[in-house]
Amino acid sequence: MMNLFDFAKKAHKLLPGHRSCAGCPAPIVARAILSATDDEVVVSNATGCLEVVTTIYPQSSWNIPFIHNTFENAAATISGVETAYRSLKKSGRINQNRKIRFVAFGGDGGTYDIGLQSLSAALERGHTFTYVCYDNEGYMNTGGQRSSATPIGANTTTDPVGEVRVGKQESRKDLMKIVAAHHIPYAAQASLSNWPDLLKKAQKALSTEGPSFLLVLSPCVAVWKIKPDMAVELSRLAVDTCFWPLYEIEDGKFRLNFDPAGNKLPIAEFLKHQGRYKHLLEPKNKKLLDRLQAEVDHEFEKIKKLSEIGISVF
Amino acid sequence: MQKKALTGAGASAEAMRQINPDVVAAYPITPQTPIMETFAKFVNDGKVSTELIRVESEHSAMSAVIGASSAGARAMTATSSVGLALMFEVVNAASGMRLPITMPVVNRALSSPINIHCDHSDTMACRDAGWIQLYSENAQEAYDNMFLAQKLSEHPEILLPTMIMQDGFITSHSVEPVEVLDDETAKSFIGSYNPEHSLLLSKKPVTFGALQLFDYFFETKRQQELAMDNVWRFYYSIADELTQLTGRQYPLAEPYHTEDAEVILVALNSAASTIKAVVNKLRKQGKKAGLLKIRLFRPFPYSEVSQHLQKVKSVGVFDRSYSFGANSPLLSEIISSLFGLEQAPKVQGYIFGLGGRDLLEADIEKAFEELFQGKTSFEKKYLGLRG
Repeated sequence: MMNLFDFAKKAHKLLPGHRSCAGCPAPIVARAILSATDDEVVVSNATGCLEVVTTIYPQSSWNIPFIHNTFENAAATISGVETAYRSLKKSGRINQNRKIRFVAFGGDGGTYDIGLQSLSAALERGHTFTYVCYDNEGYMNTGGQRSSATPIGANTTTDPVGEVRVGKQESRKDLMKIVAAHHIPYAAQASLSNWPDLLKKAQKALSTEGPSFLLVLSPCVAVWKIKPDMAVELSRLAVDTCFWPLYEIEDGKFRLNFDPAGNKLPIAEFLKHQGRYKHLLEPKNKKLLDRLQAEVDHEFEKIKKLSEIGISVF
Repeated sequence: MQKKALTGAGASAEAMRQINPDVVAAYPITPQTPIMETFAKFVNDGKVSTELIRVESEHSAMSAVIGASSAGARAMTATSSVGLALMFEVVNAASGMRLPITMPVVNRALSSPINIHCDHSDTMACRDAGWIQLYSENAQEAYDNMFLAQKLSEHPEILLPTMIMQDGFITSHSVEPVEVLDDETAKSFIGSYNPEHSLLLSKKPVTFGALQLFDYFFETKRQQELAMDNVWRFYYSIADELTQLTGRQYPLAEPYHTEDAEVILVALNSAASTIKAVVNKLRKQGKKAGLLKIRLFRPFPYSEVSQHLQKVKSVGVFDRSYSFGANSPLLSEIISSLFGLEQAPKVQGYIFGLGGRDLLEADIEKAFEELFQGKTSFEKKYLGLRG
């Protein structure tokens, strides 16, 4: 396993100089995942923060072939690139020895919402590619609108905290299990706070034959309203509160990678650093907070149990 | 060269078989035309080496084809009607990224009301999307235009996608004799595709689809327009090369008895055939009727059209689609072609055939009759409309 020192020395596929906000973890996530293979990589990227900050013409931070098409089609686009690779290899225009991996990046808007159909179909067709969703729980590139990845109670610009409705009232969409329902060989949820775990999952995903999927939390400095040095810490608190369980679904088998057990923190520890949840810790919103806590507990226990049973859900 | 009995859709599929693209992606929307079904059979029978991606929507069809084309592959799709409407967003992305994708389109009405029969509202809605647009009178042209399209699109000074139209059902489902090139001749005409920039074949990594704001976007769009202008520069050398093989001519706007005509009708696609029959009939009666059929709608051949029309008394323009609240698409271009002429002919617009309504010879005769009498107005006139 590569350590951080080795990582720093690597020839990176995503170079510095991009225009992301100070402290934004999305490029770190992308760079870390792409470092997990020495094969050639081609990236497709849904419209969103990562795409916008890395490809402002006439510059590009991508030191590897890169395509941004539109918002909802990163998976369909990479499936076209991957198919072209197979076709050109078949006709001898690409050397038989060249091994290329295909990675699509999308935020939660481009994945949970508008890109879900395109993702679902690409998974069903079984292309060999890795889809990475960096999940910042809303449309952060455009100022923080609600997505189906936004948690209960969050304050967003399209579902703000008002007099009669206190932010988002609906639960997050369970994307991991939607993806797993396509019976793909590998899906994993990871966090920047646990580097070896993230790297191991990226290596697995990038050596899978067929589709693989990574879901990585990406705390947004600007819209979560956190301090610029807090993104990794927030990622850690998300894991320690069990809000963001680290787990894999490999050939249908769940594996919980980390259980804080006795050190599990209440959800408020994750929320209290974030401006978007300021209201949720007020006593009058206790009901909503309790609902979020109950949901977090339930989801974690479910993953834990599925992991213990050890049978394939496929 | 041999003659085959093919539908228009079959003729397009036959051309696709001979072009043998590296990647095709398609979706069977409401329903897809027999172009894709015929081609899918070619794939599964091993008649082509194409990788076929069976996507879940027209939007993804174009998205995947954009991925494949940017990767360095020769890539195609086919669509019709609301399928084209669904892919509209990425239709623009394809031309903006300067990808030489080719796409046969079977012209059919847009919803609502849901219809499925022929009119041109689908491709006219895409006339400003930066694609070259070729219209086909019959199955033979649907076939020939595929080859023109491929060469135009891939020309290094052009690099724009092309859609190749034919009329839904009227052409797409009617069997006609079609002269088909030998496979080897077709293959050598098309040649190989070696893009200068691509994701998989370029030595240096390339970024496709970058963000351009107010500082560069305008210049990029201007380059797209210059590429469209280049269609004029290279069209006839490509068309002449094809003529060498087929013996058929491919004028941008095809004149039919226009030299001495007093009245000329202008039309796209299969309506031209019906109008030709009426012109023949009127000529026998000594009436100086003519037709100008537009093959290339984007870029629009203004000067050729103007040359053909400038001396006539009146011009009738047949549109199979609306531009609601404005002059219909073809009418608008014809008026532009004639603008500024000292003695411009009078122009009358006719709307006909929406949602597959038949265009009858009697309707065409009626239009000619009015125009011979010099009856024109700024009002839209209708053929085959009740009430």
